[in-house]
Amino acid sequence: MKSIYVKKSLLHFFLIVGVIISLGPFYWMIVGATNPSGDVLSFPPKIVPGNYFVENLTNLSEAIPIMKAVFNSAVIAIVFVLASLLVCSMAGYAFAKFKFKGSNIIFSSFLLAMMIPYQATIIPLFQIFGALDWINTYHAVILPQICYPFAIFLIRQNMKGIPDSMIEAARIDGAGEISIFFKLALPTMKPALAAVGIFLFTHQWNNFMWPLIVMTSSEMYTLPVALSTLAGLNSVDYGQLMLGTAISVLPIMVVFLMLQKHFVSGILGGSVKE
Amino acid sequence: MDDVTKKVQTNQYKSGFITPKTAPYIFILPALLLFLAFTVYPIIASFLLSFQTRSGGVYTFSGFDNYVRLFTDPIFYKALGNTFIILIVQVPIMLFLALLLAVFLNSKLLNMRGFYRVSFFTPAVTSLVAASIIFILLLNTDYGLINYILTSIGLEKINWLTNGFWAKASLIIVTTWRWTGYNMVILLAGLQNIPNDLYEAASIDGASPIHKFFHITIPQLKPVLLFCFVLSTIGTFQLFDEPYNLTSGGPNNATLTITYYLYNQGFNFFDFGYASAIAYVIVVFIAILSWLQFKVVKDD
Repeated sequence: MKSIYVKKSLLHFFLIVGVIISLGPFYWMIVGATNPSGDVLSFPPKIVPGNYFVENLTNLSEAIPIMKAVFNSAVIAIVFVLASLLVCSMAGYAFAKFKFKGSNIIFSSFLLAMMIPYQATIIPLFQIFGALDWINTYHAVILPQICYPFAIFLIRQNMKGIPDSMIEAARIDGAGEISIFFKLALPTMKPALAAVGIFLFTHQWNNFMWPLIVMTSSEMYTLPVALSTLAGLNSVDYGQLMLGTAISVLPIMVVFLMLQKHFVSGILGGSVKE
Repeated sequence: MDDVTKKVQTNQYKSGFITPKTAPYIFILPALLLFLAFTVYPIIASFLLSFQTRSGGVYTFSGFDNYVRLFTDPIFYKALGNTFIILIVQVPIMLFLALLLAVFLNSKLLNMRGFYRVSFFTPAVTSLVAASIIFILLLNTDYGLINYILTSIGLEKINWLTNGFWAKASLIIVTTWRWTGYNMVILLAGLQNIPNDLYEAASIDGASPIHKFFHITIPQLKPVLLFCFVLSTIGTFQLFDEPYNLTSGGPNNATLTITYYLYNQGFNFFDFGYASAIAYVIVVFIAILSWLQFKVVKDD
């Protein structure tokens, strides 16, 4: 009995150390974001949040168009998620519920594309958008990844769970294919779509390399790109830098904490048992 | 006769352009067009571009010139070497930690599992840029919290971001911090899918916990571990956000990764042909390493 107690305590001790390492930097970020710049790197370190939030926000807005960056990131992520969910669930539905010529080849090439690094495509993509005069536009960031093979794969797995007899019954009742998809398949897939949607949102919200390449004016920067330029400025105000970081991290953390069960199943394709 | 039955059958359904026969093609069309335009075409185009060099503003075919240049380019070797060092050091450390945490969290003794799982996973939802910025300040030589802790336990300050060796170590620390929880969740899912009977049978046969770990857990977990290995390998070859923000590839190219080198060639020097050749080297390395990892698991 005693040995189990010791084991349990040891286990918790290691895990708590792990939690401090995982979450500590975020707490420190929040402390930094609410304290004057000089206090961020002071000895001994500040450990309680201060009341310098408003000042940091004012300084931050003067240094970079932070609110525009939040707006850009939000618009891009939301439009991307909606477009990608629509396109990918249509494709996932086709793969899950129809037998058609070429489906294996198309599906395999989608899966194969998951293995090919994104970097192999960025230079021609940059040329395409340059030729179309779409550099520095929202759609240049959104379009290339709407067809997201991993999302198609996850949605297909879930769509397989819709009984064929249900679809057949709708057909016999005279429903068209489009309305079967929108009125039957999509509504029954809501939890899966939510999971994939959260995953896609996080992916796009945090996306860095492609927006860095394609957004050339500071007015069009997304949050990660704006933050990156802020960190590169010579006279760095650490309080405002931490606040900028917090602004980019906290929304996604709140969403994650609220929906973490769906989020994890979005990543694992529903293979996690609680 | 056949035609008549077919007609009767299709007539049961609403007729028109969209029938059960044409519907899948219509549903797949948007994804397919986007895929062709923004994935397939660029992959082919960058392959062709890798055989071209720019002279006088136009790209002309130059055979293997870019590849020849690549194999005699010391910075390319440096970037490749850095990428491999990170791969060899970081991925095993991270997967070991992730496996350890997953086994801990899977323990029957434990309560508050949900809390731990969410805590460890949280770094994985933040942007790599944000993670890099937090760590730039934590790792600051004179004022950073980490050196403060080191000096207060009687150790020397470390020049984390300005010394070549420690800059690589910093990159490894940040990457491990960001991705361990992610791998842990995948491994935890794998652990929970191992049938309990196996452990019960082993217990009856008198197997020790360590014996059970190496003879049941590891073999059963192999496909999931492989999945994590392949994902991490691909991730390492794509490492860009962290070195770009943490160290700008420095000092003296000590943290220049292969993808960062591609970015520099493409978007600082606008040498698209050469950058495309680097892209294809990445493709080939990922293909070879993934194939090797699958082979190792199969042969065992």
